[in-house]
Order: sequence, then C-alpha cells, then structure tokens
Amino acid sequence: MNGAPLRFLETVGWGTLGVVLFVGLWTFLAASGIVPRQFLPTPLDVIQRMLHLMTSPFAGATLPQHLASSFQRYAVGVLLAALVGVPLGLLMGWFRLLDDIVTPIFDGLRFIAPIAWVPFAALWFGTGIGGPVMIIFAGAFPPCLINAYRGARFVEPRLIEAARMLGTGNTRTILEILLPAATPSIVSGLRVSAGLGWQSLVGAELIVAAAGVGFMMVQAQANVATPTVMAGMIAIGIVGMIIDVLLRQGEGWLRRRRGLEA
Amino acid sequence: MLGRRTWIGLATVLALVAIWFLLTTVTGMVSGGRFPSPAEFWASFRQITGRGYAGGDLLQHALHSLKLVVMGFAVAVATGVPLGLWMGWSRKVEAAINPVFLVIRPIPPLAWIPLAILWLGLGDAAKIMVIWFSAFVPSVINSFTGVRTIDRPILEAARMLGTPRWRMVTEVIAPAAAPMIFTGLRLSLQASWTTLVAAELVGALVGVGFVLNMAQQDLYPGMILVGMVTVGMLGWGTTKLLAMAEQHALAWNVAARD
Repeated sequence: MNGAPLRFLETVGWGTLGVVLFVGLWTFLAASGIVPRQFLPTPLDVIQRMLHLMTSPFAGATLPQHLASSFQRYAVGVLLAALVGVPLGLLMGWFRLLDDIVTPIFDGLRFIAPIAWVPFAALWFGTGIGGPVMIIFAGAFPPCLINAYRGARFVEPRLIEAARMLGTGNTRTILEILLPAATPSIVSGLRVSAGLGWQSLVGAELIVAAAGVGFMMVQAQANVATPTVMAGMIAIGIVGMIIDVLLRQGEGWLRRRRGLEA
Repeated sequence: MLGRRTWIGLATVLALVAIWFLLTTVTGMVSGGRFPSPAEFWASFRQITGRGYAGGDLLQHALHSLKLVVMGFAVAVATGVPLGLWMGWSRKVEAAINPVFLVIRPIPPLAWIPLAILWLGLGDAAKIMVIWFSAFVPSVINSFTGVRTIDRPILEAARMLGTPRWRMVTEVIAPAAAPMIFTGLRLSLQASWTTLVAAELVGALVGVGFVLNMAQQDLYPGMILVGMVTVGMLGWGTTKLLAMAEQHALAWNVAARD
C-alpha cells in the first residue's frame, strides 16, 4: 500500500469529497435537464417523495405498510430456512450416510439461482405469502445448511472421542457437543442467510407479489413514477442495513462471550 | 474403483428418479398440474428444442441469456477489478470511494431492476446494467482485499529495486492479488446469473428467464422444469469454465490446485 494509514481528519475529508462529488453529479444531471427529470429526479425530490409515502398510500398501502408486509414474509422465510437448514446440517455432520445422500442432491440444486424457483413457487403456494416465502427460503437455506455442517464436521475430535468413551448417545452428542461447538459457524451462516434472504425477497416481490416494497416498485415503474422507485430502493437498503448491523452485533456479542476474538 | 461416496451418490440419484416416476406416473399422487412426470418433461424438452416455445428454440434462448451474462460480467470485471486494485493501492482513493460504496451497497442488485427498465426499457441494455451492478461489488471488494493482504516485504523489495509504477501494477500487485481476485470473480459470476434470471422474469422478450415466465403464465410445469434445468446447466458450465481459467492463470499457486 501507498504510505501509512490516513489520519482521522484526512479520512473524513476524502470521504466528504467522494460523497459531495456523487450527490453533486446526481443533482447536476437531474436539475440541469441533461437527463429528463422524469427519469432522474433530484435527491431532494426522492426524499420528499419518501416523506410523502410515509402517510399517503401508493399501490394500496403506505411505505411503512408495504415494508411491514415484506418483513413478515421475510421473517417467515428465513426462520423456516434456519429451522430446516441448521438441524439438517448438524445431522449431516454426524451421520456419514446422510451426508453422502444429501450432498449430491444439494450440489445438483446449487447451480439453480433461487429466483428460478419463482414459477414453481407461484404454482404451488400462490402469490400471497406462500410463494414469496418459498423464494426467500430457497435463497436463505444453503448458508444455514453449509455452515452448520462445517461447524459440526470440524469439532475438535478429542471432544467427540471423550464423549464416545463415556458412552454418550447420538442425540446427546449432537445437542451437547456438536451444537455448542458449531454455534459460531452457525451464527455466521445465519448472517449470510439473512442477507441473501433479503435479496431474494426483493426479487420475489418484483415478480409474484400483490403487496410489499418490491410490488410497490414494480407498480411505480409501470407508472413511470421514478421518485417512488428510488424511494423504494432506499427503504430496502435501509432495512437491509439495519438487519445486517443487528446481526453483526449479535455475532460479536456471542463471540466475545465464547472467549473468541471479537 | 469407485469410492463409497460415489456409489451412494449414484444410488441417491437413481432413487430420486424412481420416486419421481412413482409419484407422478404410477400412483399419480402428484398431479401433472403441480409437477411434471418424466414423460411430460421429455415432451416439453422435445417441444422447445424442435418447434420452439416463447418465440424461439432452447438454444436461441440459452445463447441469448449466456451472451447477456458474459457481457455484463465482462463489463463488471473490467471496471470492478481495476477500481478495487486502485482502492487497495491508494488510501486516499479508498477514503473517497468507501462512503459512496457504503450508501449504495445495502441496496440489493435486484432492487435496481425497476429503475433499469424505466431507464433502458425491456431490451438487452437494461439487463446488462443490472448484471453490471450486481457483479461489480464482489469484484471490487475482493480485488481490494487482495491488494491489502499482499505481504509487505514483497512490495518493499519491489520498491527498493526501483520497479517503475506500471510494472509494479502488472507484475507485482495484480499477480499477488490474483487468488483473491478470482474468488471475487466466482461470486460475481453467481450474482450475474441470479440477476439475469430475475431481470428476465420481470420483463424480457427472449431468454431462459422469459421461458420460465411464459411457462408460469401458461401453467405449464413441464416447461418450467426444462427452464430450471437449463438455468442450472448454464450456471454450472460457466462456473466450470471460470475454474479452468483460474487453474490456468494460477498454475503457480498451490492453493488453487486442490
């Protein structure tokens, strides 16, 4: 790298320069009419539109209401993925036969983008809650499974040998040795899952939903309401960021409690 | 001699096909309206490779999607890797670009689809734009990390020997960061496929995502399955090609060989 780390003021200075250039260019392009305002509203337009959407409905609901219905589907999908993926991963880490059976299926499905499940999801579960939940599940499931599996596979062998010697049964070994030892890995997996699930939710709502932020954005796109589309993007970004920050905090807390590095 | 794992894997696949046949054809427990039987799947495959479906045959749809992914991926790599290397090299560039990145990154690439359609319509340009967006970020981040994790003595030695700037970039920094760069490319490629399929499902006139979309509207499970298998094969094929390129480029790197 070139030189020593920057001092705090330098970092802030260069950062401000970057943001000012970005927002300045955006405002200039929009306000000067180089790009038609209808297609590129100014940042101020977008913020005003967002505040407006807080109270007045678009596509059947206000922005907070759309966010609430999105979040509900999201929570159900991620929860299901964790409830199925984590136990299955642990079991695969303990029973070799299960591992050998599930791995080829999993490898075969891995290359199908979660979003490609949309047609079957709509066909099987409809476009209300079930369809989107299945897409979120498809996006969030793999990291849950993989991390639980890896966590269980790389448990210190001495722990397992000791348990074996003392005659511990399968259930107790999984619950009292594999699960606690794999917890840090599982938690990182859950964080990745949460991010991928949020991404899948947006995709699902663009295609097969009748409510939610993604649905609002598609409706706005059809009406050439660019500020509303951008307001939706910002809302999605903010909620995604809050989810990530909360999970990072949780992960850090857990690692410190377990005496691992922060 | 095949290993135990391979045998069990083969048995699993055979068992799955048998169960599929049993459920859909022999017992009829799963109706054809929900999931196609093997015969229906084959008929759909014959239809799309012969007469065609959704305005073209399978090869045309697949090649069109492949073309868009390759173009979007290429643009993303051509812009993302140099930017990542530059951010890794210069702390000032990093400090200037990071905050903008922090603002834009939480927005999932798929959320750009409506905006891309507004700006560029339903054609190829909008898809390339969204793919570029989704594949750009992993390229930048991993190239950046690649530069930052180069052993300091390597850089110091090169500098002490008076290596000129340009050769420093092409002969020291880029090769040393290459393993991380390839990790980024793999993630970028995966993101490209996800984004393309989503974009084509939202609105397109040709492509595998469009086949899926039409099959969904026609309530045609056989064709949905054909579309999904095609998506999976394309994703698998391009990932394999990238892995081969990586092995070729990083023949000197032991970590890439296993």
